[in-house]
Amino acid sequence: MKKVLITIMLALAPAMVFAAGGHGAKLDHVKVDLHDQVALQNGAKIFVNYCLSCHSASYMRYNRMAKDIGLTEAQVAEYMGFITDDQGKFKSGALMKATINAGEAKAAFNTVPPDLSVVARSRGADWFYTYMRSFYRDEKTPSGWNNVVFPNVSMPHVLWSMQGTNRAMFETDEHGAKHFEGFEVVKPGSMTDKEFDKSMRDLTTFMVYMGEPARLVRFQLGIYVLLFLAFFGVFAYLLKKNYWKDVH
Amino acid sequence: MQKLINWIDERFPLIETFEYHMSKYYAPKNFNFWYYFGVLSIVVLVIQIITGIFLTMHYKPDTGLAFASVEYIMRDVEWGWLIRYMHSTGASMFFVVVYLHMYRGVIYGSYRKPRELLWIIGVIIFIALMAEAFMGYLLPWGNMSYWGAQVIISLFDAIPGVGPVLSEWIRGDFVVSDATLNRFFAFHVIAVPLVLIVLVFLHLVALHAVGSNNPDGVEIKKNKDENGIPKDGIAFHPYYTVKDIVGVVVFLMLFSAVVFFAPTMGGLFLEPDNFVPANILQTPPHIVPLWYFTPFYSVLRAVTSDFLPYVAGLVAVVTVLAYLDTKDTIRRIIYVAVAVVLAFGLLSGLLEAKVWGVILMGASLVVMFFLSWLDRSPVKSIRYRGWIYKLALAIFVLSFVVLGYLGMKSPSDIDLILFKNVIWAQIFTLLYFAFFFLMPFYTKWDKTKPVPERVTS
Repeated sequence: MKKVLITIMLALAPAMVFAAGGHGAKLDHVKVDLHDQVALQNGAKIFVNYCLSCHSASYMRYNRMAKDIGLTEAQVAEYMGFITDDQGKFKSGALMKATINAGEAKAAFNTVPPDLSVVARSRGADWFYTYMRSFYRDEKTPSGWNNVVFPNVSMPHVLWSMQGTNRAMFETDEHGAKHFEGFEVVKPGSMTDKEFDKSMRDLTTFMVYMGEPARLVRFQLGIYVLLFLAFFGVFAYLLKKNYWKDVH
Repeated sequence: MQKLINWIDERFPLIETFEYHMSKYYAPKNFNFWYYFGVLSIVVLVIQIITGIFLTMHYKPDTGLAFASVEYIMRDVEWGWLIRYMHSTGASMFFVVVYLHMYRGVIYGSYRKPRELLWIIGVIIFIALMAEAFMGYLLPWGNMSYWGAQVIISLFDAIPGVGPVLSEWIRGDFVVSDATLNRFFAFHVIAVPLVLIVLVFLHLVALHAVGSNNPDGVEIKKNKDENGIPKDGIAFHPYYTVKDIVGVVVFLMLFSAVVFFAPTMGGLFLEPDNFVPANILQTPPHIVPLWYFTPFYSVLRAVTSDFLPYVAGLVAVVTVLAYLDTKDTIRRIIYVAVAVVLAFGLLSGLLEAKVWGVILMGASLVVMFFLSWLDRSPVKSIRYRGWIYKLALAIFVLSFVVLGYLGMKSPSDIDLILFKNVIWAQIFTLLYFAFFFLMPFYTKWDKTKPVPERVTS
């Protein structure tokens, strides 16, 4: 028995030792706290005011989002009177669709901006946080903007008025490969770097929530389930012990 | 109550069936940790069927709606996220428990006479389970679902002659499309589960006919008391039912920990690329099947044209050993003839390396059917085997794990030491097959220990 376990451990060892590694653009780590309702609300505000013009989050409903981040139905009606059904009547349960339609988007950006409902799950929070902070001025692209994390992305720097305008500095090494060295501020925006980072952290928090609203409840519920199973397990074990008394 | 039971019993063998399978089914009393995985497989099967029924109520098998309907389940359906995570976690946990269940069969020789059919039914269950998982993985219609299915179905293209027609017939289209999604839904939800349930039933019927093996590999039916009850046997019910409840609770704790705290398992159980809707124009940078297929996928990718001579080498070694093993001229002629045909096929270039990749991947599964006859050791259990078998088994487990690991990586990278991944995959592919094809010989050479008359505790 022990030998078998040791065999398995030995077999697994090389996989574990060599499992490290990875490449791609260097991402900044972001700490996301879904209990922080202020951050969620601020993230939602940025998302609805800026992102939602072009990107949909069409798996998400306004009223569900509002409830989860601590807004009342009345507040939804007050802040988000623009959400309507096909007849133009206010509908708080509408899906979060982009303002721009696909045809206009295609004409403007030459692509339809992707749905962002689950982007935090496919790209990861760190990717999203770094991406949003990595736009820089680049006259060679159609939009006039470029991004270090997502080179030649069609999306312009929507939040330029907050972050300001940056220029990226690259260094070319002996193999001819370009390496990103850092940003140079051309024109400061309405926020300091720190304020902008915090806003993007809030936005990332909201994106992580939106990718999986169940995150708000599943950890708590999981603890109860495990506690129940542990409690039940004690009695199951005692029952087993009692029945097995006469087995020698 | 007694009256009701009598009423039923006059019309249906209720008591008799219960006694045969439960209260008078005598199982060896020395079952250990490894013997939980059979009942756990059934627990997971039940979880998958029940959660699957509820998912089917909300899921839409339509390329335009499938991805959104899964997100609808995750958000708008009451407890939908829990049902979906239980199902996705259940898929991976099914393979965890089935692999461990099969490993138990290997280490204690549960595939040996008289349990050959029991083992073969089990291998068929395993292959049906792979089909079930593969088709289920297409249903969320994520980009990895799409491209995974595209790659695996196009393997059939490799079959000379009928290949392209066959893969087109499977897809119902020239590419994976709405037709494919609909038929995979039908297979995943009705056809394969029915087959699985029937096979599991047959597996249990076969088990209860021959009786359970045990960690000592001793036949308890050889030692019966005056009532005809095996001396080392205890009634399955209540002894093993109460014991299994404990095992099931511990398993459910692990299962819940995954469902509630890490449903994606860091991308192993739910891949990040599958949160992007299927896109025929955008191939994921790195197409990989889910972890439970990767050992076999690795075998497929390991086969390149410069690898074929080494496979021929393994064939030669096995042939020489088989030739020396017998004095029977007819057998010798058959061995040499088979070897010549295989070597010609491998070395002549008549078949592309890709075809051999598919053949070897198929062989890595099919070889399991023959385990009962490949093993010629006088003992069943690893407890009484010698160091040669233990070494071979350790190499096999290592091969399986390393192949599984490499199956998730890019073949041209170096993720282990020294060689590119593809070289390591080739080395471990040969070792994987060597475990099976050299088994008739090393189990003969191995020095075994005496097996006790009765089970040890």
